[in-house]
Order: sequence, then C-alpha cells, then structure tokens
Amino acid sequence: MKTLRDIKVGETAIVAKLHGEGPVRRRIMDMGITRGVEIFVRKVAPLGDPMELNVRGYELFIRKSDAESIEVA
Amino acid sequence: MIDLVRRNGDRIDLAKLGQALGCEVVEMSALKGEGGPEAARRAVSAAKAGKKAGELPHVFTGSVEHALAHIEESIQEKVDGRYLRWYAIKLFERDGKVLEELALDADLVSHLEAHIASCEQELDDDAESIVTNQRYGCVSRVVERAVTKKAATHSLFVSDRIDQVVTNRFWALPIFAGVMLFIYALAMGGWPISVGTRGADWANDVLFGQWVPQLFHTVLTTLHVVEGSVLYGLIQDGTVAGVGAVLGFVPQMLVLFLLLAVLEDVGYMAWVAFIMDRIFRRFGLSGKSFIPMLVATGCSVPGIMASRTIEQDRDRKMTIMTTGFIPCGAKLPIIGLFAGAVFGGSAWVAVSAFFTGVAAVVVSGVMLKKFRAFAGEPAPFVMELPAYHAPSVSNVLRATWERGWSFIKRAGTIILLSSIVLWFLQGYGFVDGAFQAVEDNNASLLAVIGRSAAWIFAPIGWTGDMGWKATVATFTGLIAKEEVVNFFGVAYRYAGEELGGNGEAIWTLVRADFGAVTAYSFMIFNLLCAPCFAAMGAIRREMNNAKWTAAAI
Repeated sequence: MKTLRDIKVGETAIVAKLHGEGPVRRRIMDMGITRGVEIFVRKVAPLGDPMELNVRGYELFIRKSDAESIEVA
Repeated sequence: MIDLVRRNGDRIDLAKLGQALGCEVVEMSALKGEGGPEAARRAVSAAKAGKKAGELPHVFTGSVEHALAHIEESIQEKVDGRYLRWYAIKLFERDGKVLEELALDADLVSHLEAHIASCEQELDDDAESIVTNQRYGCVSRVVERAVTKKAATHSLFVSDRIDQVVTNRFWALPIFAGVMLFIYALAMGGWPISVGTRGADWANDVLFGQWVPQLFHTVLTTLHVVEGSVLYGLIQDGTVAGVGAVLGFVPQMLVLFLLLAVLEDVGYMAWVAFIMDRIFRRFGLSGKSFIPMLVATGCSVPGIMASRTIEQDRDRKMTIMTTGFIPCGAKLPIIGLFAGAVFGGSAWVAVSAFFTGVAAVVVSGVMLKKFRAFAGEPAPFVMELPAYHAPSVSNVLRATWERGWSFIKRAGTIILLSSIVLWFLQGYGFVDGAFQAVEDNNASLLAVIGRSAAWIFAPIGWTGDMGWKATVATFTGLIAKEEVVNFFGVAYRYAGEELGGNGEAIWTLVRADFGAVTAYSFMIFNLLCAPCFAAMGAIRREMNNAKWTAAAI
C-alpha cells in the first residue's frame, strides 16, 4: 500500500483512501484531503518532519506519521 | 479576505456565486475594513423583507439523499423542524454526541443503521467520508462556476520564494536563532543599536531620575508641602520612586512588542511552528505550542490567550502551565536590576536566566507528561501555512499599542496602589514600643511581616537583613512581576538616599545586601515561581475550571 509518506518532494499523488480513525482522520478530511484530491508535496521541514503539501490550492503541513494513514494511488 | 483574492489576480463572480448558493453574496476584507457594514445592511434588509433562502445547492447524491430522507422520516417527531436536516446528516455520520442527545431506542437505531450501511456499500466508503467528500465536491463545482483563477496550481508566489529560503533544510534554524537574537539585541542588549535599553536608561536616569522628581518637588513646595513630611514622602518616595522604576522599562517592552508584532503580522510565526514541531514533539507538545511561548516572552497574558489556537485540550493545558516559566517581559526588570547591580551588567547573567526559564519549561513538560491526565498520543498536527505578506503598519502599531498600554495601565493602577501601601508599611514601624516613622527600614512593619515569612526561604540562602526584603519582594511579585523592582525602588530609596538618585544609587545598596549567589538564587526563584495575578486571571479564563487553574499554579 502506497501512502503519502512515500511520496517524494516535488511529486504529486492522488488520494485513494483515508485509513485511521477518530479525530485525526476527521481533521485530515476537514482540511481538504479526501478521496480523489490531488496532493503536491512541496517540501519537508528542516528537521525532517512535518511535510508541507499543496492541497486544493493552499499550503498545509502534516506529520509523516499522519501521512502514513493516507493511501495514495 | 477579498484583498488576497485580488492580489492573486483571481476573480469571484458575485452573481454566479449567489445563484449557486441561493443567497446574496458580499465581498469582505477584515484586514482592509471593507464590506462589513455592507453585509450587515443587506442582511438586515433581507430579513426585513422576509426573504426566504433560495434553493439550496445540491450537495448530496441520490443514494445519500435517499438515506437521509429515511432518517428524517424517523426522527421527525423528536426534533425541531428547522434543524431536521442537520440532525439527519449527523445521524447519517453516526455522530456520537447527537446519538447521545437524541437517545433513540435500539430498534430505530438498527433500522437507520441498515440504511446507512447499504449506502456505504454502494459508494464503497464510510459515512463520514461520504459526507465530507460530497461536500467538497459541491464546493468544487460552485467554485468552478463562479471563480476565475489566474495562476496555475503550483506556481510560486513571492511568498513561497521567501519561505524557500527561510525554511530551507539547513538554514532555517540558524535564521530563526538569528532573528530572535536580533530582536532581543534591539530591545535589551547593551549595544549602540539597542534602542530598547537606551530608551530605558534614559527613562530611568533622566526622566524618572531627575525630571519627574524635580517636577514633583517644585509642585509640592509650591503647595507648601514640607520636605520630610508624610505627604512629601508619600509622593516622592512611595509613588514616584516605585512607579518610576517600573515605567522606566517601558521603552524596552515597547520595542520587544513591536518586533514581535511585526513577526506575527508578516506570517512568520506559523512557519516557526512548522520548523519547531519536531523538537516539541519530543515533549509531547506540537509546534503550535511554540507561538504562545514566544509571545509570552513579552507578556504571559497574551501568551496564554494565544494558546487558544491549540485544539487538543491536553496540549492546551500543558502549554498554559509551562508558559509561566518563560521569562516574561515583567520579569526582565528583575533580571536587569540584578544583572546590572550585582553582576556588573554581565550579559551572561541575562542569557542564563532566560535559558533556565526555557529549561524549566522542558523539564516541567516532561514531568507533566508522566501524569495520566496528559499521557497519550501527540495531537494530530495538520495546519495551514499562511502566505507571507508585508506587515500592515496599522496592524502592527495597534498590536504593539494594545500590549504596551495594558502594561502601562497595570503600572498606573495596581503598582501605584501597592507602591503606596508598601511605602507605608516599610516606613513605619514600632520603635521602642511607639508607632512612628522609622529611619532604618529594617525596623519597619514590613520587616516584621517579612521576617516572619523569611524562614521559608532560608534554605536558598536568604538570611539576615536582606532576608525579609527578598521575601516580601517575592510576594509582591504575585501582584505583578514588575512589583519586585518597584519594591526595591521604594525600599532602598527610603533608606536615606538623596532624592534625584538614579537607578545606580539603588544598585549600590542592592550590591551591599545581595552577594552573587543570593542574587542569583533570588532571580531564579522569582523567574520560576507563580505568575502575576493578571496571568493567573488569564489562565483561569482559558482553562474555565478552577481546579486546573489551581493545578497550574
């Protein structure tokens, strides 16, 4: 299963499914990451985590551990 | 934020948007102060005209609507007709709180469950996701109809370029450290560009050292108040000396507030949270906790209020509790007084005091984590990063003014009052059984009170003549940390120093009483112990619960 965590900087991916549950998942969804949306990985923080994404035209950042719960195509 | 839209070159067709949403649309920009009254006006006239909402946009697809209809049917009796649809959607999502509120019987619940489950199967997704996805789908459709975007999706704006440099893998931390050092140097350092310190020195030496006392002297003598009389003493020694000692620090605070406000307005703060997140995660907090702490270096009160942005209850509480250890602006005078008097203006003292505060934060954070109330997974960290924009001068000035003014207000009221009280308490006492003014404040009322409590602090080395002064000073710190300096101002001035003496005169006296070790211990203790009342008030408001407030202290 390929997840958002595996996507390299500068690459784009399409969300296939959101795993995980509870508030984390809800939060991720509310911020616009839903099935079928395109995510562009802009960069990674200086200390290696979190990662910065471009989603639906705005910048988000999300921890790598949370990125693991996002399955991408 | 229509100003941002315009700046990006995008356009929103108000008419089409209104059609799609079924209501009137007004452009607004809070930053520029545009559109607010207009929106209110239109809302009022629409209400007056009794207009009903137009057709609502179609959000959900057929199968979902089907399920929703079933649900609505079943709960029709139980809820207010206006909110029927909202309740239906919530039940569809299996929202825990709503289920609890409605307390539907088991049969009904499983009946609804069947409908929801079949819908889920058909769309191959769970109910919550279905709702969110379809809402986003609807939003996309509306946006497509009504909005013309100019730029391509991944183009780099100026803001992105700046941020590419600033959060670069290698440069980010050094840049950040540099920025912070720069701010502190400007506000508090000892160099020529240190506007803050120069202002403070001027205020302490000239303004409050000569001008103000002279002014009062003139006024008072004109009013035939005799030097040496109670009233004279009350005004010159009690209030001017005390309040002056504190207000002398306003220049430094203002500079600090100003610079922090600029950082905030530019949008740098969010990026800092982004950078610092990893470090904070070790202690179970998130980068979001960093901003309140940073603000707290100016004053704990806005710092505590800033922690409102942290969603997770646990994290918020932890942040509030540990923020108290950060050297706040008010504690700086304490550092300043001792660094200047006892340690010969050593910069190391100030820096080390600061880091002790930071260390305290870390240590207490780790300790708090052990308690069950706080243990658990770190909060989900998903945050939007704002674009950088040029600071709006009016915003920055306003923020600085707000903070600076509340600082001054506190000086004006509480400190003034306590100055007087303190002056009285330590100028009068029982000498040989008679109640009168005393020469040596070691024999005053205050000394008696202080001494009775001083034994608590003996272990840290506060003994002798200096003991009671230190004890009382610490307690005055509860009212406001600036009080501590104020207290010393009142106490030492009264000990026979020439009126018109400036900060340095106090310094000699302080040096006489405090040796290096005791000075340091005093400083540290004051830095770490309970925050001022204002901060406590803020804590209480945020926590909303007396129990937690007590725990925080």
